[in-house]
Amino acid sequence: MMELKANIPSGPIEKKWDKARFEMKLVPPAGRRRYSIIVVGTGLAGASAAASLGELGYTIKAFCFQDSPRRAHSIAAQGGINAAKNYSNDGDSIWRLFVDTIKGGDFRAREANVYRLAQISVGIIDQCVAQGVPFAREYGGLLANRSFGGTQVARTFYARGQTGQQLLLGAYQAMLRQVGLGRVTLFPRTEMLDLIVINGQARGIVTRSLATGKIEVHTADAVVLATGGYANAFYLSTNAKGCNVTAIWRAYKRGAALANPCFTQIHPTCIPASGEHQSKLTLMSESLRNDGRIWVPLKKGDTRSPDRIPESERDYYLERIYPAFGNLVPRDIASRAAKAVCDEGRGVGSRGLGVYLDFSDAIRRLGEGTIRDKYGNLFDMYDRITGENPYKIPMRIYPAPHYAMGGTWVDYNLMSTVPGLFVLGEANFSDHGANRLGASALMQGLADGYFVIPYSIANYFGQAKLDQVDEDHAECRRVATEAQDRVRRILAARGKRSPDSIHRELGKLMWDKAGMSRNESGLKEALAKIPLLREEFWKNVCVPGAGEDFNQTLEHAGRLADFLEFAELLCLDALERRESCGGHFREEYRTADGEALRNDEEFCHAAVWEHAGPDRKPIRHVEPLTFENVHLVKRSYK
Amino acid sequence: MTWLRSLWQSTIGKKVVMAVTGLILFGFVIGHLLGNMQVLLPDGARRINHYSRFLHENAGLLWGARATLLIALILHLITSLQLTLRNRKARPEPYRVKRWREASYASRTMMLSGPIIFFYIVYHLAHLTTGQAHPDFNPDDVYRNLVIGFGVWWASGAYIVAQILIAMHISHGAWSMFQSVGLNHPLYTPPLKMLARVLAIGIAAGYISIPVAVMTGLVT
Amino acid sequence: MNFTLRIWRQKGPASPGDLVTYPMKDVSPDMSLLEMLDGLNERLIAEGQEPIAFESDCREGICGVCGLTINGIPHGRRRSTTTCQLHMRMFEDGEEITIEPFRAGCFPVVKDLVVDRRAFDRIIASGGFISASTGSAPEANSLPVSKKMSDRAMDAAQCIGCGACVASCPNGSAMLFVGAKISHLGLLPQGQPERYDRARKMVAQMDREGFGACTNTGECEAVCPKDISLEFIARMFRDYLRSVFVERPESGAGGGP
Repeated sequence: MMELKANIPSGPIEKKWDKARFEMKLVPPAGRRRYSIIVVGTGLAGASAAASLGELGYTIKAFCFQDSPRRAHSIAAQGGINAAKNYSNDGDSIWRLFVDTIKGGDFRAREANVYRLAQISVGIIDQCVAQGVPFAREYGGLLANRSFGGTQVARTFYARGQTGQQLLLGAYQAMLRQVGLGRVTLFPRTEMLDLIVINGQARGIVTRSLATGKIEVHTADAVVLATGGYANAFYLSTNAKGCNVTAIWRAYKRGAALANPCFTQIHPTCIPASGEHQSKLTLMSESLRNDGRIWVPLKKGDTRSPDRIPESERDYYLERIYPAFGNLVPRDIASRAAKAVCDEGRGVGSRGLGVYLDFSDAIRRLGEGTIRDKYGNLFDMYDRITGENPYKIPMRIYPAPHYAMGGTWVDYNLMSTVPGLFVLGEANFSDHGANRLGASALMQGLADGYFVIPYSIANYFGQAKLDQVDEDHAECRRVATEAQDRVRRILAARGKRSPDSIHRELGKLMWDKAGMSRNESGLKEALAKIPLLREEFWKNVCVPGAGEDFNQTLEHAGRLADFLEFAELLCLDALERRESCGGHFREEYRTADGEALRNDEEFCHAAVWEHAGPDRKPIRHVEPLTFENVHLVKRSYK
Repeated sequence: MTWLRSLWQSTIGKKVVMAVTGLILFGFVIGHLLGNMQVLLPDGARRINHYSRFLHENAGLLWGARATLLIALILHLITSLQLTLRNRKARPEPYRVKRWREASYASRTMMLSGPIIFFYIVYHLAHLTTGQAHPDFNPDDVYRNLVIGFGVWWASGAYIVAQILIAMHISHGAWSMFQSVGLNHPLYTPPLKMLARVLAIGIAAGYISIPVAVMTGLVT
Repeated sequence: MNFTLRIWRQKGPASPGDLVTYPMKDVSPDMSLLEMLDGLNERLIAEGQEPIAFESDCREGICGVCGLTINGIPHGRRRSTTTCQLHMRMFEDGEEITIEPFRAGCFPVVKDLVVDRRAFDRIIASGGFISASTGSAPEANSLPVSKKMSDRAMDAAQCIGCGACVASCPNGSAMLFVGAKISHLGLLPQGQPERYDRARKMVAQMDREGFGACTNTGECEAVCPKDISLEFIARMFRDYLRSVFVERPESGAGGGP
């Protein structure tokens, strides 16, 4: 029976992190080189971890499936990164960032973790500025801030609409400095296929070179997964095509429990799909909601062009329903409201799946130049994709799967239920509860990588008894053979369907039954259909080419195989969580006016799933969540 | 002197060599033009022969200039050859379909115009400086050499073609040399590019006017 | 819309390659070029053939992995646009579209349209960073940076490392990429301590990789999806020359503990 020890330090919340850091074991500088660490994923969390651990003197191997670590999907984050600097003098503080994040997460995150995140946020900005991240500045030369959804203060730091890119390049460059110094070895185009656990400790990974197809074993004293989220379970999402669940799913099957997989974020401002050929969805930064006003026609099926619809026949529904926050309500609420008006038949665009995001008021008020300054690259991007000029015609937007709040369960030290396996960033479940606020993902990825893992991994090394393990260890060979066999099985199917077509089918099922709103019968239907689809995959998938070659169809098939297993757990988790909270909206549990209805008596906990073996139902554990500092209240943005 | 070696071995160092030697050669092209244009002035024969005598009487100046030009030319040549070999290796496989969006014809053909200009210079020296390629050479009468030399249609033709190539070479080189020593500014570079083109055309027009004047009988 | 595609197929780094023709029918103008290739690959898989290898990840113009030379221009005919954001409405119905990899000696072909751009990472590792170890940073606002400088640094920092500059350059030169990074860091006060060493080291690594030398054709700037300016190449020249002519060599005396 799995034991969940969150290892949250005692004492008042403001002192917990200090206390933990003081009590943690250390590894002295001269001893660090002897410890080797595998870091999988080179996004914000992975690159910052590899850089920081390299700087400390550990021996690091960093893996990414992309051709260069700089391409990890953190690069696509647009809007910004939060920090409780209170440079805007508008009442921000660590405490307020903490409360906003807990409340934004609909009271399903761990208080201690979130408070630490808010504390660390301040140092992240310092670190990034020192690395040369060109954040936006005021004319006086000091850093600029903007506001973001779900908050009433301006605490978001940004670099045009490319904040993620600039932060990632900062972390990437710091990591490459360590590559130059010989402390980090890079393995690009190398995908993790499995985790190696020896004597109950994570001791290595099995990888496949995507360039040559060679399957290899890498061992180390600890393994850090920073492999991002699983929104591609929905096929169409804002994630990069390569984003996948494989690393944390394989770790799950080796004993690292998964928490709250049903908590997925549907982002409200994405460009609507244009047809069946759509391969992914493009996000438009939430920062657009600062100046854009969201509306749909009052009448159903109004097909007039937007400039023909008079003010009196428009419904600015967010401003109407949520006067306090207006267009800046949190993402889950904005997404659901968009779905609701489209379900009423008031959606716009050829498929009726869209709402207007209109800048004409802002352009009239601030001038086109100011708007161009703030959002020019986003407007250009919209124009490129849709062929429409958003300075003249309102943008059309629609929600799309974007972020995974759920992920591998970790304790306060970011260690999973497998000792020696640490999970950072989007891949873990820890900080965002049931809904993530905008500009908080970058904050969490960097907090984990720069400022948490360097302490907690030393603490682990200081305590753990680590035997000598090398690539020829029987367990390493066994896991490698299993990975090899899986590749062979996929290639041997020689069926009729491409991985893409099966992935699309899975995605459609997930979006329809486990997307923006969910209900019991739909989830049960999905749970019945997913195993059939999985069977179809193993019987009928077609992967041409060889295993020992550059083979993108094979890569996709391998990732899809894991999504087909993972999707079932996502639905199961959604079914078992009989309440609505944050991004998880169960139609059966809502208030009279249609808002999410939380059930704190029964579900104020993280659901933690343990793999029970093949063909057995996973075991649901709970980690109770206690709120001692933020009063457990109904979230209201009205 | 390791810094000099590392500079010479770097691509940037070589570009600087190209720029500096290019500037020297460019300066010569202008000076040479100004000197020769005297032919077109009234009393051109006397003026040009006088100019030539003046140069020959100041052997230090003449040979100093000739040595500088020769060294500049050789360095320009060697460096460009080295860079070209390097650049060919950096792009071994050609595109089956290639379209250019910005690169001008002149900028892409520097390695074509350059060598042709070099061979022309050799011929030009033999034609009008040392006389081996001249039908009736008199070292003391530059004016007569010129009129007789350009009286041959194909010699004039070769000269005109060479001037067009030099103009192309300059139209790119005269702004490019600034870029290659790190001088680029949004205020100055666009007008500089324009100026380079205007100068190139002006220089070519100036030079070409001489054989044209000979062949049309304006200069006899 | 209908198109005739001519696509470069090459089995591996050492194999010869050639253009292969594929007709495409009933293409929606709202499709991106990559979505059209997705469709073609679905067809090839259904026929039991190996699909065309090409790279893409974010498909929103920022990761920099998608690089195809389309009708002779890296990233295709639309300015300031990556391959993944090129939509079929930009093409004429019935057009013949030739798709080749990004070609350069330093970007060897891995397969079909996929190339290896690791040389860029090695250049960054040689000096494309500010040495600011985690934890050592001063308060962020303790060092004001003029908005103008910061904006210019951002203009350079926008580089997505796609390699279109190298692919378009008749000389296979990486100077726009390297110049952008040297300028990004060299324009900021944080980057001053290592500014000239950085330029020297990165240029040395660029040369070691075998990239060509700039002949100022300006083609790189014209195809750059992020409009990175040739000005940054000039800046790199200045910093590099200063590192050679003005900077003193590092003194050998170690100050370490």
